Amino acid sequence: MNPVLETRHLTKAFGGLVAVDDVSFQVAPGELLALIGPNGAGKSTCFNMLMGQLKPTGGTVWMKGDNVTGRTPRQIWALGVGRTFQITSTYPSMTVVENVQMALISHHKRVYSVLPFARRLYRDEAIALLDMGGLADQADRHCAVLAYGDLKRLELAIALAHDPFILLMDEPTAGMAPTERVKLMQLTADIVEDRGVSVLFTEHDMDVVFAHAHRIMVLNRGALIAEGSVDDIRGDPHVQEVYLGGGTVFGDTDA
Amino acid sequence: MGFYLAQVLTGLANAGALFMVASGLSLIFGVTRIVNFAHGSFYMIGAYIGYTLMQVLPGAVGFWGAIILAGVAVGLVGLVVEMLVLRPVYKAPELFQLVATFGVILVIQDLALLIWGPEDLLGPRAPGLRGVVRIMGEPIPKYDIALLVITPFVALGLWYLIARTRVGVLVRAATQDREMVGALGVNQAWLFSGVFALGTALAGLGGALQLPKGGADLLMDFNILTSVFVVVVIGGMGSLPGAYLAAVIISVVNVFGVTFLPQSTLVLIFVVMVLVLMIRPFGLFGREEVAGEHGQVGEPETPIHPAGPRVRLLVAVGLVILAMLPLYGSSFSLVLATDILIFCLFAASLHFLLGIGGLVSFGHAAYFGGGAYVAALLVTHANSPMELAFLLAPFGAGLAALIIGWICIRLTGVYFAMLTLAFAQLLWSLVFQWGEVTGGDDGLVNIWPSEWLKASTTFYIFTLIFTVGGILLMRHVAHSPFGYALRAARDSERRAEATGINTKRVRWMAFTLAGVMAGLAGGLFVFSKGSVFPNELEIARSFDALIVVFLGGVKTLAGGVVGGAFFKGVEEILTRFEYWRLALGLLIIFVVIVAPQGIVGTLRNMFRRHVKDET
Repeated sequence: MNPVLETRHLTKAFGGLVAVDDVSFQVAPGELLALIGPNGAGKSTCFNMLMGQLKPTGGTVWMKGDNVTGRTPRQIWALGVGRTFQITSTYPSMTVVENVQMALISHHKRVYSVLPFARRLYRDEAIALLDMGGLADQADRHCAVLAYGDLKRLELAIALAHDPFILLMDEPTAGMAPTERVKLMQLTADIVEDRGVSVLFTEHDMDVVFAHAHRIMVLNRGALIAEGSVDDIRGDPHVQEVYLGGGTVFGDTDA
Repeated sequence: MGFYLAQVLTGLANAGALFMVASGLSLIFGVTRIVNFAHGSFYMIGAYIGYTLMQVLPGAVGFWGAIILAGVAVGLVGLVVEMLVLRPVYKAPELFQLVATFGVILVIQDLALLIWGPEDLLGPRAPGLRGVVRIMGEPIPKYDIALLVITPFVALGLWYLIARTRVGVLVRAATQDREMVGALGVNQAWLFSGVFALGTALAGLGGALQLPKGGADLLMDFNILTSVFVVVVIGGMGSLPGAYLAAVIISVVNVFGVTFLPQSTLVLIFVVMVLVLMIRPFGLFGREEVAGEHGQVGEPETPIHPAGPRVRLLVAVGLVILAMLPLYGSSFSLVLATDILIFCLFAASLHFLLGIGGLVSFGHAAYFGGGAYVAALLVTHANSPMELAFLLAPFGAGLAALIIGWICIRLTGVYFAMLTLAFAQLLWSLVFQWGEVTGGDDGLVNIWPSEWLKASTTFYIFTLIFTVGGILLMRHVAHSPFGYALRAARDSERRAEATGINTKRVRWMAFTLAGVMAGLAGGLFVFSKGSVFPNELEIARSFDALIVVFLGGVKTLAGGVVGGAFFKGVEEILTRFEYWRLALGLLIIFVVIVAPQGIVGTLRNMFRRHVKDET
């Protein structure tokens, strides 16, 4: 099957520091792919290039066969890419359901409409999306008072609003309580199953990764050092060295 | 050759006072994030105090001593102002503090009038520095040479303080991350007070130092304020070398402008500013403000809802009472109500931009005065009928907003505010100096409405329809998808962009709409007064609207209208008294301290608490 997302030799340098170095990978339809690596490995930089927040210094990003390198986050969203952020990003002055309605309004290209009341538009659709994450009973609460775990689930609902073919989730469970983490990833896995969406996510919690990922890629110092099934990665001595301390995170050679 | 050198030297000498005032403003902004509108006032009292001291202290020692003492005295005044007025409101929403500093401007204006009287004071000559020296045949005042020498020393001293001392380390650290500095055990309250005192002392020093060149008068505060804003913005907020370089550029451009283009000196300065900002949006030495760098201050805004039936009924009753005013009110009350309604529409248009869009414009008068001038120019030069001129007023203002907005929305936060101010000043100086077309200072007169609207009653109803219509329209837009998208862009630009909302274009359209509405208010204004003068475009007019919106309540839908009605009303009553500025200034400071959420916001909170207590 054709990959829905592909990078070819993706590279990002900040001055002399090469944060992402010649990274190439593919995401298959319906795949739940984890990108792991120690702090500073380049995961978030990689994500920001996929979504258009950063411009790569080299290499290309392809989505469903189109070269999308250098497009803005807005254009990439319009292709059908949903995004959740490491630190949640919602509209605190709106209610929970209005947060989702806003994404739906944008999806239906009615951002510049001034006649209808926004709160009445696509409300049922928005409630249905919230319901998927178990947030429907909080729909009319003020978004600013939500618990962090609920905000993460709200972001997921927003990201799904335009029926994307792929979700990019940057540390979806960061900052959540352990039981909540498992629940959120279970929810994500269910969505992958039901909707056939692909998911690319970064994560620090190995339990979460090993429990749900179909495939794992390991990034260290900007480069992919391993890739394979859960069992492959678990048994990979090189990965163990990176994670359990071989001192290679910042390397003795160039320290 | 000698002539040009003389020009440059004069420019450099003029840059001295400007640099001191600007560096003070820059320091204060960098550490406390307060845009100190009152900075020009501290400069003014520096001049007055210096003048008084020079009368008392004898000789050369007395002269220079008076200048230094004036700086110290103004620093102490600044310290007191910071502790009494600003300390209680640091936790208020961002930029709210500037309202308090505006109150300080009014108070200082009247106090200076009380103490030193209305006459302009001629500054004494510096002992031993009277007369001129000839450089390549050109006369240069000796005092200019003295200023040329002194300024770099002050600049160097400041640089040493900031770059080499422990105090400087704290100041620079606080400029980057206030919270972290606080977490490391630095007493922020005293750091803020200290920096504010230092900044105002510099302003006072600048004021006293320019005495032999300019003297002291009551208009100094606003006159220097624009130049200082220009300097700080061109140099980059928070940058001392930037402030110095920009002060030199502006002063030299000004001197050459006076010689070669006396008709357009003011325009020239703002053109320079706009050009610099278009190439380097954060000034010559400034750096980008990272969104959210300083954290969200104050409680988050609550979700908005269309008014319920009870509120709608209340508004309808209020409108009926207003519409029947001609039946029971005096003709004076009709004129007053017309004024208030027009001002409310103007304030509401700024509130739309500021409250819903989070875009703080310091130059909204450009579109109010712009609309008024469009109508007045059409009537004067094209003999256009009133109806057409009135319709084209919002159109013309909207066109200006469309063009200016396109440039401004590329910036955010305080840089956006400053650039809007620069454009407003550009427009003002254009109108002020292009006398043949705009009448300059004499304004345009005899701009009366058509026969059927001549009576004050009919014009009042006409105004009521358009102002209320405009306000309700903006309120509805706030509830529409477009209004939501505007709030989305304000709340989280990152999320909005990642869900397909073109935040820049949304802001641009909002800026234009606000301009159209302000232009509508301006069109009504010019026909209600029969004339228009450049002061409808000036910085003080922009500030009026800004103050009213903040005091009414930024984070509420009705803030602009309520604030506008309340303060226009209060102003009408107070201006009958001699020292009305003092009273209004104190009132503003009082409201700022007791109601940091604005009038509407505070009332709402009280109501909610009340409801909670009962249940």
